[in-house]
Amino acid sequence: MDKTREMVASVVLLAALAGAALWADAAGEPFYVNLASRVAILGLAGVGLNLALGFGGMVSFGHAAFFGLGGYACGIIAWHAGNYEPILTWPFEVEGTDRMPPIWGVAALVCGLAAAAIGALSLRTSGVYFIMITLAFAQMIYWFAISWPAYGGEDGLSIYVRNGFPGLDTYDALSFFGIAFGALLVALAVSGRLLGSRFGAALTMARLNPVRLATAGIDPFPVRLTGFVISAVITGWAGALYADLNGFVSPTMLSWHLSGELIVFVILGGVGRLVGPVAGAAAYVLLETFVGGATERWPLILGLALLGVVLFARGGIMGALAGRARHD
Amino acid sequence: MTLALLVEQILNGVQLGVMLFLTAAGLTLVFGVMGLINLAHGSLFMTGAFVCAWVAGTTGSFWLGLGAGALAAAAAGAVVEMLVLRRLYDRDHLDQVLATFALILVFSEGARWIFGPQPLWLDAPAALSGAVSLPGGAAYPIYRLAIIGAGIGAALLLWALISRTRLGMRIRAGESDREMIGALGVDIRTLYTLVFALGAGLAGFAGAMVGALQSVQVGMGEPVLILAFVVIVIGGIGSVKGAFVGALLVGVVDTMGRVLLPMGFSNFMPPSEASGVGAALASMLIYVLMAGVLVWRPQGLFPAHG
Amino acid sequence: MTEPALAVEGLRKAFGGLTATDDVSLDLRAGEIHALIGPNGAGKSTLIGQIAGWIAPDAGRVRLAGRDVTGLGVAERARLGLGRSFQVSSLAAPLSARRNVMLAAQAREGSSFRFWRQVRRDRALVAAAEAALARVGLAGRGNVPTAELSHGERRLVEVACALALGPKALLLDEPMAGLGAEGSGALADLLETLKAEAPILLVEHDMDAVFRLADRVSVLVAGRVIASGPVAEIRADPEVRRAYLGED
Repeated sequence: MDKTREMVASVVLLAALAGAALWADAAGEPFYVNLASRVAILGLAGVGLNLALGFGGMVSFGHAAFFGLGGYACGIIAWHAGNYEPILTWPFEVEGTDRMPPIWGVAALVCGLAAAAIGALSLRTSGVYFIMITLAFAQMIYWFAISWPAYGGEDGLSIYVRNGFPGLDTYDALSFFGIAFGALLVALAVSGRLLGSRFGAALTMARLNPVRLATAGIDPFPVRLTGFVISAVITGWAGALYADLNGFVSPTMLSWHLSGELIVFVILGGVGRLVGPVAGAAAYVLLETFVGGATERWPLILGLALLGVVLFARGGIMGALAGRARHD
Repeated sequence: MTLALLVEQILNGVQLGVMLFLTAAGLTLVFGVMGLINLAHGSLFMTGAFVCAWVAGTTGSFWLGLGAGALAAAAAGAVVEMLVLRRLYDRDHLDQVLATFALILVFSEGARWIFGPQPLWLDAPAALSGAVSLPGGAAYPIYRLAIIGAGIGAALLLWALISRTRLGMRIRAGESDREMIGALGVDIRTLYTLVFALGAGLAGFAGAMVGALQSVQVGMGEPVLILAFVVIVIGGIGSVKGAFVGALLVGVVDTMGRVLLPMGFSNFMPPSEASGVGAALASMLIYVLMAGVLVWRPQGLFPAHG
Repeated sequence: MTEPALAVEGLRKAFGGLTATDDVSLDLRAGEIHALIGPNGAGKSTLIGQIAGWIAPDAGRVRLAGRDVTGLGVAERARLGLGRSFQVSSLAAPLSARRNVMLAAQAREGSSFRFWRQVRRDRALVAAAEAALARVGLAGRGNVPTAELSHGERRLVEVACALALGPKALLLDEPMAGLGAEGSGALADLLETLKAEAPILLVEHDMDAVFRLADRVSVLVAGRVIASGPVAEIRADPEVRRAYLGED
């Protein structure tokens, strides 16, 4: 059945990613290990967006906001730790840290709160309004990051020492890939579990038929809002990892181009497929690296290729690998 | 704050608002009539600016450039509509978003290819150079006043077109009932292409005029596009009147906020900090305005559909 | 006297100058089928919208088992026991019949904000859905995607969804529409037995079915109830014959 085919395609894809990283490491090519980490992290961000967009039917054009907030949470906390300046002195003192797990916790909290606020406003509307409003709020955070001078403003913020993870040397490219890949697997497992749960059933129906959902006694709004928040938290986690990968955060992580790219990952991979965004991110990063390395007209080629996918090849990569989507 | 500064800033706000209206009008019409969300609208704005700067630079005539910029944007819009967008009217918004995002990439890289990576510069025409003195004593550039005048003129023409002509009647019919307009025997495909070209031409006209105030470069349409979205959310999707009111509101609030907030904070902060905090908050002001409108009237100030 | 399962009191709704619902009062008592009939444009859809909670009335109240639900939303009314089927099938087509019914059982069998346990292993939900499907005669059809069910079967799944809520009152909007003689006969038999569990407010065009099934009939014309009473009385009412039946 299609379900098993999708499962096989997903496992093969993830194994190929891990295998590529291992192979590059064995060949002494840290550049390609980092490329695999980039795929895993961008895929993770896409998995987050997919929960809202592919499964919940909420076309968010503002997920860069959460990606960037996660990145800034990481950068700012590390900056305070590096400069031995407390983040807060009142009402109690809060020090920075250079450990990944607490940084991820803060990133998740910040993104969750931001998503709750943005979602509460934008989910009052639907369709094209929702697209424009999520875009606008992401742009608000982008402009704020540019004009707020404390953390680098337009120039961004460097993370001079990569944050640590208990028991691992995070400067080792393969270890860092392991962390990113582990995060991706956790997010995939959580998403898969979530979609099979009662909440997932409600979220799916909020996309397929909100009238039916309300008639079944379940208010669509809190279901959508919760889905939006979880989606943002996962994307924010990816942002924190991305900041550590690059040793740098800047407003670019918040830009609407990035929101668009996240949507591209989801659609290129196949809407509503759990592992689709990873396939999309892999295709994107590979094209960017190899086509982008060969010609500076790469955005033109990407644009035309995307047009082709939208107009003629719906279903994306996973659709081609695993056949038509099916529900039980 | 002096009276002169106040008048100057209000005029700047109105000028920004008028430009936003010209951009938002096409976007909201296209959404109202065809149900299409077009992210590439900012690229048409950019097309107008580039063609205007290039033609004006080659021929030495700003006016030729202005006309060429608007026409080129309209033509580019018509071509894009016929080649790509008309296949998307019946698709969901997600496909429309992705396809028009792809168009932005094509337009931006295309412009970089054709006009080179350096920004172009466009001078305001000699006839509109210089300044007039305002009440309070400040001097205000004539060119900016001309933009306000041209924008209001275009708004009036658009209003007359929609409410007084056969084409406008068909546009209004298309907004309320697509099947009826087919039954009237109107060629709906041609109508859609015309509406799209009209919106694109307005955006190109706006881009061409703004080109003399700033550098003409790739990506210049994108901030305008997002402000136009804010305008449409505030005004109500599909409503040209809403776009006009929303555009002026956004233009004036944004401009005044950037002046007043840093001044206000300097009353109780050191000036260097006040300008930073004030500027950061001012950059968020119109989005706060949008959020306020959403809470108060989720369908915008002038909902076009029911 | 016990409270009626559903009561509508002085409901009024105008759209612009058009009064769609004009001071409508009716009630639904335990064990009965109360049919609501009226020509097209009489305001039946608007009235149902107000009872279900999609449309806010300008004046009047809606009571469900004695409780005033006028200010409550659609989902809350459903949780309180207002089961509803739609004129046009509103099932999620890609999902199986069972999944559709399970969702309706979810609100009754606890919260929808459970994130870990898989619904396909949730015995209470599966059992509730199977019971509702069996009740409408679709035992064994639960695995079929809704899109592959026949039109008549989809109507039955709709009723099963309404039943899975554990309804105190059922609001069925033209359940017979598009069914052949055989299908509507089977559905009529089902409704006859269901009314003991939950009384039914039945909006229906099929006059034979109405006169066969209904205990009482209310006639809506131009937003007003022009007659209400037992079937025989309505059949004989000259005003009804002139305003409505005469057109047939």
